[in-house]
Amino acid sequence: MLSVKKLQDISNQVRRDIIRMTHMAGSGHPGGALGAADFLVTLYYEFMKPDPNGFTMDGTEEDIFFLSNGHVSALWYSVLARYGYFGIKELGTFRRMGSRLQGHPSIIDGLPGIRVASGSLGMGLSVATGAALAKKLNNDNHLVYLMLGDGELEEGQNWEALMFASAWKVDNLIAVIDYNGQQIDGPVEKVMDLGNLRAKLEAFGWHVIEMYGNDIPDILEKMKESIANLHKGKPVIVIMTTHMGFGVKFMLDNHKWHGVPPNDDEAKQALAQLDETLGDF
Amino acid sequence: MIQINPTNIRVWSLLGQNSALGNALLEIAKENEKIVAITSDLAKSSGLDRFGKLFPNRLINTGIAEQNMLGIAAAFANEDFIPFAISFAAFSVLRACEPTRHFMGYMQRNVKLIGLGSGFAMGVFGNTHYCREDIAIIRAIPGIAIISPADCTELVKAMEASAEYTGPVYIRLTGIMNNPVVYKKNYNFEIGRAITLKQGTDITIIATGSMVYNSLLASEILEKEGISATVMDMHTIKPLDRKIIENEISSSKLIVTVEEHSKTGGLGGAIAEYLCSVQHHPVLLRLGMEDQFQPAGDYHYMLGQNELLPEQIASNVRQKFLSLK
Repeated sequence: MLSVKKLQDISNQVRRDIIRMTHMAGSGHPGGALGAADFLVTLYYEFMKPDPNGFTMDGTEEDIFFLSNGHVSALWYSVLARYGYFGIKELGTFRRMGSRLQGHPSIIDGLPGIRVASGSLGMGLSVATGAALAKKLNNDNHLVYLMLGDGELEEGQNWEALMFASAWKVDNLIAVIDYNGQQIDGPVEKVMDLGNLRAKLEAFGWHVIEMYGNDIPDILEKMKESIANLHKGKPVIVIMTTHMGFGVKFMLDNHKWHGVPPNDDEAKQALAQLDETLGDF
Repeated sequence: MIQINPTNIRVWSLLGQNSALGNALLEIAKENEKIVAITSDLAKSSGLDRFGKLFPNRLINTGIAEQNMLGIAAAFANEDFIPFAISFAAFSVLRACEPTRHFMGYMQRNVKLIGLGSGFAMGVFGNTHYCREDIAIIRAIPGIAIISPADCTELVKAMEASAEYTGPVYIRLTGIMNNPVVYKKNYNFEIGRAITLKQGTDITIIATGSMVYNSLLASEILEKEGISATVMDMHTIKPLDRKIIENEISSSKLIVTVEEHSKTGGLGGAIAEYLCSVQHHPVLLRLGMEDQFQPAGDYHYMLGQNELLPEQIASNVRQKFLSLK
């Protein structure tokens, strides 16, 4: 088990990667990526612990992760590279011509670690639910994890999947909503208020857990609690409160940083706030 | 292998393509444990009752939720199952168009998408339930094979071939119960290879789905009038069997496409696109659904309104053929 300090160091480096990747590319989505970094690092390093060299597309006999809000790809690529799926140098190709690190995760370029393309919102929960059900049919006891966005919940297909997963008792699945409260056009509650999300999810038959996603001890505790609640007839969903842009003061909680990269000055300022713990790519 | 014998052919024909599908899938699933059926509230309509009784874990009903159906199917394909995702064509293709593009096109997942009751099969249900544009839509998405069986026996053959084939396939079901029999005995079916049912000398009729049988009847009418027609079953619209068309170009005076689909973007569109690339080719006459939503009616009425009954096909072909002289 890694110490909280070590997990924080990795998260910090991942944040530096995100800033540098989006800055170098001149495009990308730094805000949500920064906010969810602590969670994704902790998930890979403490819970899933996959074998990066034994990656298979079908993911049988291992825990698998799907990313529904594919626009935070810089985060996922950084975590995959830091974890050992591919060399960290490749992070410098993010969003470049012909790169395997497309703006939104793709599977047609053979990038290890990714099983399902995403980018068009609202489809990930169906995939994760189907994969978890397929694991049951295969007598495979491993788990399926999914991260999805909060604004993304406005897509109707999510609610089809929410209904399905509880009706079919898909209880080997943990879906984590990155609840940073921001979307392109502004705060989620102004664009399309999700209302009492916890009550809605409970009404759809899910076991709901709330977690603070920018606090590693809380992530460790609540993810353990989530796992402990599996195999009890209900899928588990985590409402993970995060701060968009976490780690960079001028990006904090500002929807402006949903899909805008930092310019030269901003990147410099941002990197000054993030320690280089593992060495830049 | 499913037995192709006179009894089965008769039973499937009586059932029509929708219900014959469930029969065929059950037989395929008995021999291949990786087959799963995923449907959005249409298990009964697609004849999956017995499938569900025998394999309750392998029949997944998503409720009326076609987009979720595609996502679930893609995930099963990811874990090496062979999912058949089943809904009415108007909903599986149109409502779930983007998931289809994403999972079957972009991601090339080994999903077999079934469009029940395409064309005018839904009869008096009306325009919401007709599917006039599924071939055009799927054809524009890279990498999905499109099959429209001429009769129930060909549907069974297509189901078997699709289960064996690695890659996404869309199977379009047309016609109603008492589906006319084109194939009276077993034959060789191969995805992407059209079948010449009748060799003529003057013109070439290329038909797909329900219109293969009507085209055969039309060719008999024409024959009596001294017009000799080749009739082809273009069961696979994508990838198109260019080779078989190539052979017809030099000998035929008129090429006719017949389909229970919009004249835009379907079989006629595919053939037109191909002919454009050839320097000298015969005139092309495209027969199909008119480019407009129409007052609803029963199946035969709708075919009649769109001049797709055998005598109407013959009449349109004759008129065009005579105008060429």
